[in-house]
Amino acid sequence: MTPSALEISGLSIASSDKLLVKGVNLGVKHGEILALAGESGSGKSMTARAVVSLLPPGVRRLSGSIRLGGDDLTVMADADLRKVRGKRVGMVLQEPLSSLNPAMRIGDQLVEALLWHEKLSRSEARQRAIAMLERVRIDDAEALLRAYPHEFSGGMRQRIMLASVFLLKPELIIADEPTTALDALAQREVLDLMVELGRDSGAAVLLITHNLALANRYADSLAVMNNGDIVESGQARVVLAAPAQPYTRKLVEAVPRRSEIAVPAPRADGDPLLSVRGLSVEYPARGAASVAAKRALDDVSFDAWKGEFIGVVGGSGSGKTTLGRAIMGLVSPSSGSVRFVGEPLSMPRSPAFRARTQMIFQDPYSSLDPRRKLVDAVADPLRHEADLSAAERRDRANALLEKVGLGGFGERLPHQLSGGQRQRVAIARALVREPDLVVADEPTSALDMTIQAQILVLLQTLQAERGFTCLFISHDLAAIEQVASRALVMDGGRVVETGDAGMIFAHPAHQFTRALVEASPRF
Amino acid sequence: MSRAMLSISRLNLWLGGAAALALAVVVILGANPFAQDPFTVDLALRLGKPSMQHWFGTDEFGRDILARTAHGALISSGIALSTVLLATAVGGAIGVVAGFLRGWADRAWMILIDALLAFPGILLALALVAVFGASRWGIIGALTLAYIPIVARVVRGATLSLREKEFIEAARVSGDGAVTIMLRHVVPNLAGPVLVLMTSMFGWVLLSESALSFLGVGISPPAPTWGNMLAAARPHLDVAPHLAIVPGLCITAAVLAVNLLGDALRDYLDPRSRL
Repeated sequence: MTPSALEISGLSIASSDKLLVKGVNLGVKHGEILALAGESGSGKSMTARAVVSLLPPGVRRLSGSIRLGGDDLTVMADADLRKVRGKRVGMVLQEPLSSLNPAMRIGDQLVEALLWHEKLSRSEARQRAIAMLERVRIDDAEALLRAYPHEFSGGMRQRIMLASVFLLKPELIIADEPTTALDALAQREVLDLMVELGRDSGAAVLLITHNLALANRYADSLAVMNNGDIVESGQARVVLAAPAQPYTRKLVEAVPRRSEIAVPAPRADGDPLLSVRGLSVEYPARGAASVAAKRALDDVSFDAWKGEFIGVVGGSGSGKTTLGRAIMGLVSPSSGSVRFVGEPLSMPRSPAFRARTQMIFQDPYSSLDPRRKLVDAVADPLRHEADLSAAERRDRANALLEKVGLGGFGERLPHQLSGGQRQRVAIARALVREPDLVVADEPTSALDMTIQAQILVLLQTLQAERGFTCLFISHDLAAIEQVASRALVMDGGRVVETGDAGMIFAHPAHQFTRALVEASPRF
Repeated sequence: MSRAMLSISRLNLWLGGAAALALAVVVILGANPFAQDPFTVDLALRLGKPSMQHWFGTDEFGRDILARTAHGALISSGIALSTVLLATAVGGAIGVVAGFLRGWADRAWMILIDALLAFPGILLALALVAVFGASRWGIIGALTLAYIPIVARVVRGATLSLREKEFIEAARVSGDGAVTIMLRHVVPNLAGPVLVLMTSMFGWVLLSESALSFLGVGISPPAPTWGNMLAAARPHLDVAPHLAIVPGLCITAAVLAVNLLGDALRDYLDPRSRL
């Protein structure tokens, strides 16, 4: 048996008042990918940070040893640890924009790291950096060395990050939610590349994720963490096919999957509720006149009938969010029209339209006013209903809070809630005036898998009960498949394919849809 | 928030509160008929050292420094408080409207504000006092105009970042108009940064007022302010340093007190600090 690249035994980590990691044992072999899965707060990131001794302030390692290729990192001096970080242990973090220095050219960042850790001349380091960038399939690597991080998309940045990490040929890669901020296509690109580079260099990979479908697809072995304990571990496919622990089962069940029964499509006869024709949105050119105006939405047309659950799916920059915002009148279209119950809509939108439509936003941390109590936040839209007293408004808000599972939370402030709870409040606020149309813009993408599943079910239940039309915007194909009866697939500002959700994803006709279906990890 | 930060914030509250309370007591005592009269001239006791009768000594006309400092506290802090409130109200309104509405209104206001900011505040105030006259309200008006641009800038910046928040869009989507959104969602969320600005500004205005008086365009004698007491003390620094030390220390203590109190209030008003 080959010795493990990383061997963690009896690791315990605590903050001032709480035990975060309780005696964890883990081992990763050379060339192996171990997925460490769990929800937020399960201690998975803390375990990874402990390996490189980068725990946040106030959090300490209580006991346990961490061996990297035979050297105990817990007894190492700071100066020696600095030589381990980067050189022997590479880190790939969630947000590539904040882990690359925005004020430094890509080339300088790559070369600097090489020069710091190895005795190389500047031109040798440059050659190595270019070779590595070509490995991560970046065309014109020479030109890229002179560019700054903000000039690239999230997927590109994460590939550059991979290049910079593998450049130093580390023994261990720690990837902490490396693709959570990316859409399905970019996610697949980055992870495929990471697996390939890891295999070729023989590095051990510790992949931290809340997404079990990713673990299923990429990991050799899997450890599931909950409340600081590893509840189950073993070969990834074996564990996921037949989870022994109830907690693992719960996580597995939370992965969205195609509904057994197709979501019924209530295609009512008669006129559509919402009718979009030739809608285009252009963002004006910024700064230099040479930069052309960007077409975020390009000639989009579709109809939505009462009670339909329509999924809008696409990658980042596909125009799906702009579509939702243009319908709601948050951005002005450059051409085209939107009709609501047969009436053409103008800018700014009329109070009558506002009374019958609502929106749920992506980021539950910024979609609630930090100074307003939940009951007030939910009751606010009701102020436009002239015949309701303040007490009646609060009663209705409280009733709806109870409906979304937050009974008795009315007097709290948003910061006292978790992300999933905040999203429930946002849903309650959207539904309080009993709208006919709700635009939900990525309402689950900032949440953990298990919470995502709960929010999807909640939205589905409320939609079935109240019969509003829902435009559900997401980059997550699995979520759309689970809830939507009809889907629009968007790419480059256009709708490339539309039709029955089950049909489209079972038999994708357009090549973009095919790529998307293939890239989406599933069981 | 960690326990250490909480206790620092509590310490700020106690220290700042105690000092501000002391200032308030002095202000009230200054108007108290039982204290020594700040205007009684006693030429036999010119530049007197601190004694049992005159605790902080007497000035160049033999007037009681304690009484004058106390009376000056009333005038100085009154001017500072009025200026801060006025500048915050006007500058804050400009900042919120300009930052929230953007467009040509924002451009126009900001050009004006930037033009005003291009002058050093004290020079601007000097010129304005020359126009308004060196009365109490003239000084308040001049200092207010000098401080409006700073408030407007800070508030506009904070508003710009707030208006991009999704809860503002949520209010818009609910049908709320610009005025409702500004009053209900923008202004309350500005309380933290504006409060800190107000307390720092209180300190700056106190110093500006002193500087104006020191330059001889402030409140004119015989009415005492901390600034003109400092100015009057200058020729006698080598023989009677207490003439400058007493009002100087008062200015320092008042500025420190208000700043500490402001920090504590900001922490208290932050919704995240309450669990």
